[in-house]
Amino acid sequence: MIRAVGGRALRFVLTLAATSVLVFAFMRVLPGDPAEVALGTGATERALEQTRAEFGLDRPLAVQYWDWISGIPLGDFGVSFVTGEDISPVVLDRLTVSLILVVSAMVLAVAVAVPLGSWAAVRHRRADGIAVSALSQVGVAVPNFLAGMLLVAAFALGLGWLPANSWMPPAYDPLQFLSHLILPVTALAAVQAAVMTRYVRTSVLEIMGQDWMRTARAKGLSRFQALVRHGLRNAALPVLTVTGIQLTTLVVGAVVIEQVFVIPGIGSELIEAVTTRDLLTVQSVVMLLAMITLTVNFVVDLLYLILDPRTAVRT
Amino acid sequence: MSEADTGTQGSPTGPEHVDAAETATVRRRHGPLRSLPATGLIGLLIVAAVVAVALVSLVWTPHDPLQAVPEQRLSGPTPQHPLGTDRYGRDVASILMAGAQVTLAVGCVAVAIAVLIGTPLGVLAGMRRGWTEELVMRGSDVVLAFPALLLAIMASAIMGASTWSAMAAIGLASVPGFARVARAGTLQVMSSDFVLAARVAAQPEARIARRHVLPNIVGLVVVQASVTFALAILAEAALSFLGLGTPPPEPSWGRMLQSAQDHLAVAPHLAVWPGLAIALAVLGFNLLGDGLRDVLDPRTRGRR
Repeated sequence: MIRAVGGRALRFVLTLAATSVLVFAFMRVLPGDPAEVALGTGATERALEQTRAEFGLDRPLAVQYWDWISGIPLGDFGVSFVTGEDISPVVLDRLTVSLILVVSAMVLAVAVAVPLGSWAAVRHRRADGIAVSALSQVGVAVPNFLAGMLLVAAFALGLGWLPANSWMPPAYDPLQFLSHLILPVTALAAVQAAVMTRYVRTSVLEIMGQDWMRTARAKGLSRFQALVRHGLRNAALPVLTVTGIQLTTLVVGAVVIEQVFVIPGIGSELIEAVTTRDLLTVQSVVMLLAMITLTVNFVVDLLYLILDPRTAVRT
Repeated sequence: MSEADTGTQGSPTGPEHVDAAETATVRRRHGPLRSLPATGLIGLLIVAAVVAVALVSLVWTPHDPLQAVPEQRLSGPTPQHPLGTDRYGRDVASILMAGAQVTLAVGCVAVAIAVLIGTPLGVLAGMRRGWTEELVMRGSDVVLAFPALLLAIMASAIMGASTWSAMAAIGLASVPGFARVARAGTLQVMSSDFVLAARVAAQPEARIARRHVLPNIVGLVVVQASVTFALAILAEAALSFLGLGTPPPEPSWGRMLQSAQDHLAVAPHLAVWPGLAIALAVLGFNLLGDGLRDVLDPRTRGRR
């Protein structure tokens, strides 16, 4: 067990390192001259020299890389080549906003998908089970920003129940905070719930065909009782994996949803940085998102070990 | 029709890969279309419809999709403009038709990139094992840390927004999916008796890959391609919605949605049509992929 955890931890660290090199190469080496990107092609050679010297872009790439990567564990992402300001405070501030959005959406999606998917599996031959399954198939095909726009059109512009966009910090007014949260979280969660409902359904359907489930039924348990007592625990494994993967797609989905609802999250920050050609901010935000993805995958891996100790032997 | 397939699954003690080879011939006798489940057939019809619309739009659209008629801006459905007009007074139906081109082009190129890079890597990993396999799998772990949309945003940051950078980024982000599927399939084929026989006969590796491995994993790759196509459509739409995908004036469904956002209160139909088009196209490829999986993937065969 300890060996298995150690192996996964090592793999995690190596992947993280390789990812950071890739991000650095992509954002700093591929564009050629970052100073020229920041100042535009019309910049004079003197201005370019000055920018390069100011931000240490004239140093060897390995030194620049180390400078950047060694600051990240301390929460220091460096100084923007475009604004000349420290990136970290803004990025971390906006990350909090996005995480509120993503985590709420995830909780909502799981809360909807697990019962709905189990229902669709138990009643997979009945009309209602098929309806749930068909609905989830359609839901998977809807882009989350479209769901967001439709929700705005219906509940904000049409009925006027909820605000159409913008963001309210929770400390400012908790009630306002919640009312601003409902539509974007629903938009994110709805599509996610559709994806997960399908996985839960498949997983539960597979479990229901197992011999020990038949034994449970033979003991006199109803389908639902057997499912709750014996089935869901076993169906949880594949669902857990999917939840991990979905968490990362949610983070990316939030990038788009933040644009729809004008929310100052990490996604808006990324898009702003792209349009102002602020390479270091793009680089840091991308690294941050990739780090979140890899960490979530690592945690899922570890949870898997706890839930199904057999996997420790297999790999 | 999938019962016919299940019937050919052979003796329950026989290894699964033999079944895979067996069904391959059975499938050819019945034709893959006839054993496609109803939902898969619906998916195929939707995909065919989208392709047809894109092809027709190459030679004919009701109006010029780029022609602006300012005095008719934001009009609802009229006999002249059945789906209304956008904020420049352009015909929505025509833009919608022409937008199918970009959607399909991005999907095709992205999937082609991912298939051509991912499949050989996966086969190589599955055949060579050892450090080659380790390298390919860890490499795909790294790429998996970048979802398609994120990679495409990075690409547009350094190269500027264009359809090409979107295609390349989405394609690259989809490589690990194909590598994994191809590797899993290859591992299964490699443990079969006919590969053992070929290796005993000292057949070169490349020949084994071509003659025995590839034909047996083609089904898996096709299924993955269909699902990846759906994801590529979604990624392209999101990218264009963010203004980082297909640049104007080239018609694109994602950008139609972006501009519809400004007129959501007065002209919600501008969001409905492109939204419906995206959802329908994605649904089509997903249904087709699921249907093909039922027919072609030996692992899920006989499950229902």
